[in-house]
Amino acid sequence: MKVNDLILQTVTTLLSFIIIIFSVYLFFAGHYTPGGGFIGGLMTSAALVLLLLAFDIKTINTIFPFNFMTVAAAGLLISVLTGVGALFFDVPYLTHTFDYVELPILGETALASTLIFDLGVYLVVVGVAMTIIQTIGESE
Amino acid sequence: MSLIHLVILSPFLLAILVPFAHKYFKSIHTGWFVLVLPLVLFIYFLQFLSTTMSGETYTSTMKWIPSIGIDFVVYLDGLGLLFALLITGIGALVVLYSIYYLSKEKEALNTFYVYLLMFMGAMLGVVLSDNLLVMYSFWELTSISSFLLISYWYHREKSRYGALKSMLITVFGGLAMLAGIILLYLITGTFSVRETIANVDIVTSHEFFVPALLLFLLGAFTKSAQFPFHIWLPDAMEAPTPVSAYLHSATMVKAGIYLVARMSPVFAGAPEWFWLVSGFGIVTLFWGSFSAVKQTDLKSILAFSTVSQLGLIMSLLGVGSAAAYYDYIDENAYTIATLAAVFHLINHATFKGSLFMVVGIVDHETGTRDIRKLGGLMNLMPITFTLAIIGAFSMAGLPPFNGFLSKEMFFTGMLQATEISSWNMETLGMIFPVLAWVASVFTFIYSMVLVFKTFTGKYQPEKLDKKPHEAPIGMLIPPIILASLVVIFGFFPMLLKGVIEPALYSILPSNVLSVEVKIYHWHGFNTELFMTIGVILVGVLLYLTVAKWGKIYEWFPQRLTLNKLYDGGLVALDRGSSAFTKSHMTGFIRDYLVMIFAFMVILLGLVLFSTGAFNVNLTNVEAVGIYEVILALVMVVSAMTILFTKSRLTAIISLGVVGYSMALFFVLFRAPDLALTQLIVETVSVALFLLCFYHLPELSKEIGKLRFRLTNFIISVSVGLIVIFIGLSVNSSRLFESISSYFEAASYEEAGGKNMVNVILVDFRGLDTLFEIAVLTIAAFGIYAMIKLRLTDKKGGVKGES
Repeated sequence: MKVNDLILQTVTTLLSFIIIIFSVYLFFAGHYTPGGGFIGGLMTSAALVLLLLAFDIKTINTIFPFNFMTVAAAGLLISVLTGVGALFFDVPYLTHTFDYVELPILGETALASTLIFDLGVYLVVVGVAMTIIQTIGESE
Repeated sequence: MSLIHLVILSPFLLAILVPFAHKYFKSIHTGWFVLVLPLVLFIYFLQFLSTTMSGETYTSTMKWIPSIGIDFVVYLDGLGLLFALLITGIGALVVLYSIYYLSKEKEALNTFYVYLLMFMGAMLGVVLSDNLLVMYSFWELTSISSFLLISYWYHREKSRYGALKSMLITVFGGLAMLAGIILLYLITGTFSVRETIANVDIVTSHEFFVPALLLFLLGAFTKSAQFPFHIWLPDAMEAPTPVSAYLHSATMVKAGIYLVARMSPVFAGAPEWFWLVSGFGIVTLFWGSFSAVKQTDLKSILAFSTVSQLGLIMSLLGVGSAAAYYDYIDENAYTIATLAAVFHLINHATFKGSLFMVVGIVDHETGTRDIRKLGGLMNLMPITFTLAIIGAFSMAGLPPFNGFLSKEMFFTGMLQATEISSWNMETLGMIFPVLAWVASVFTFIYSMVLVFKTFTGKYQPEKLDKKPHEAPIGMLIPPIILASLVVIFGFFPMLLKGVIEPALYSILPSNVLSVEVKIYHWHGFNTELFMTIGVILVGVLLYLTVAKWGKIYEWFPQRLTLNKLYDGGLVALDRGSSAFTKSHMTGFIRDYLVMIFAFMVILLGLVLFSTGAFNVNLTNVEAVGIYEVILALVMVVSAMTILFTKSRLTAIISLGVVGYSMALFFVLFRAPDLALTQLIVETVSVALFLLCFYHLPELSKEIGKLRFRLTNFIISVSVGLIVIFIGLSVNSSRLFESISSYFEAASYEEAGGKNMVNVILVDFRGLDTLFEIAVLTIAAFGIYAMIKLRLTDKKGGVKGES
């Protein structure tokens, strides 16, 4: 069945970019304003789902040629390793730290080790959501 | 984190690199990369000898979860060092041996060495941890890695059977030990072994003392294959021979011995401890040696022999524990038993390790381990034969090898046990030397069987798969080293003084101060010597006439063995649990939901009304605004639509509307994080619903039945009511101040974040989040696996679980 989805596809290509950029913003902003790894990850997957609805799975696979299970596993690994990293500084597992640094363009910026942990969460959420959606979608 | 922590964790770190080494250096046997580590570690641990010899110990703490008293505390004393040296020393030899034993073309070497390194690290962790929970984690890791190693040749059914059996039994014991650890914690309030020992008076007088003791012993007995848990060890022999030599004779099975030795200062002196440890030990000794004689497989003989030797060490530790009770005796009469235990521990590692390697060589070069097929290999494999003689004679307790010395001390210990004038020993004490002597006779017989049935007699080349010849030199070096140690320790036992003495200090209670290690070859014409002579005479006689009396083994009914009990128990367990599962697992998600919700309603309802928690107080309720009313109406209408619509698409969309309205509620109540999350979750889940929309059956067919609709109606109404009740009650009664004020104050101060929700998620409750994402990942993998399996089932006709 051929469906005329020209409008949907055109809008989606544009929109999904905006959504992904917004999700990345949400991810970074998480420590101070609403957002964070979980929400950012979900937002990214929502953008990907939108693409999935407008196009099909094969197109998505060519645009994002990752195995999303690997993405999830990598995220989990990052989070675990962030926790282990604390042990090298002789503090309990998963202890986080933060500091303010002067960066070239951004000026004074807060850098927290939780960000790396959150990156793991982000990747897991994207990976998991996409794995589930892809497997269920593919079985059609 | 200090160097010694890294040392303990280094096998795990190396294990990560092994697959890469295997992949990129295909021409080099992966074992060579691995070999370096145990060698370096062995040398590293050697330098601690001077520390322990001067009676000092080494401690290093790494904080792990300090809030509940779990820290990775390394405590290196004589006992720990002795084991660490065994683990790394024998480990190095075993790795060297495995390089020649496992062909690099045919075997999956990367997995083998990963498992082996995992095991090595876990074992080091067990013997060097002071914190009981950390020790327990490593302890279970040894069970898991041994499971993986036993099932290394997993295409063989017997390997899988043996692996499962060993894991079920040892993990069962491990869990019992965990319960024991918790009981000890309840008594003393600490997980540290040293602090527990320091509080030994509180422990002994506590009502949990005996339960904790029993649970600990269960862990030790299952690990060290004590009767009646020994049944896993012979089946574990399905593992490659290097594994058998390493895990099942030199290290892992001795973890139980280690535990008994380590906990001796806590539990020794109690009659229960004495009777259980020495009693089970002596029975295991007897039963193992008795069963070994009837085996026809070389590795089975060694397996039962290991069982019996572990029993021997255990019984010695049991008798030695009497020293704690009789501390008023001026001479440390009972310490000789502990001394013998430690000495025999080392000796056993040397001679049994070398024997396993010899058997591996025979297996490797002839293709069989069946003594009925073997024979006359003496001329073909002279070096192997010599090694076998040294190992077996030491095991049989013949001079001048080290086994003789420890066996004499064993007899001394057992004879002294009869002199204990309490705990019913007056009447039952004679059991110990008698059983010890009889078991020694059987030990002598199977040691002789091992050597002479294999290497002398008629050579039967027609029964062998390969033409036997002497093993390559690399395969011979490790057993040669071990056999030389057997001889060296036999002639110069005092070399071990520096290792044994500190270990004794760790095992024996602190009130036994002066232990001097003296081991002599010649100690006059005493009872022990006559016992040994008797063993040799009777043993030779029985060995020569084995055909006549060997039939006694057939008297034992085959149906009543422990193995049958295990197999039957497993089948019964399987049947029982599947019957129980089938009684309520229907395979329909709606039935599960009914169960879950009914349970929730009943439980919550009962608690709510029985405790009188249900009270509604509407005084401090905010006024309801116009937006809330509109949103609530929208939600009610869309929920109603779901109930009455005939189209599934409408139902899905209405469900989405409920979710989005919920998100708007969050916006109204100024919870932007929740609102965002709710919005996106709703979007993704509606998309998911739409994706699998095509597969769902017609809506009208499913909800046709009146009974089904009635159940659903009752369930949904009651769930709704109970949630409302709880919400109202919670709002009306506050027992204590909400925790949110703490987070409000601390989130910026301590974590540098202004978004409280995020700070809680990633920082304050990071571990929660970590586990949550782990669960998510597992769920995704599960969904993937299930759907993919069903697809291959349908398309490719591949038979899978569906």
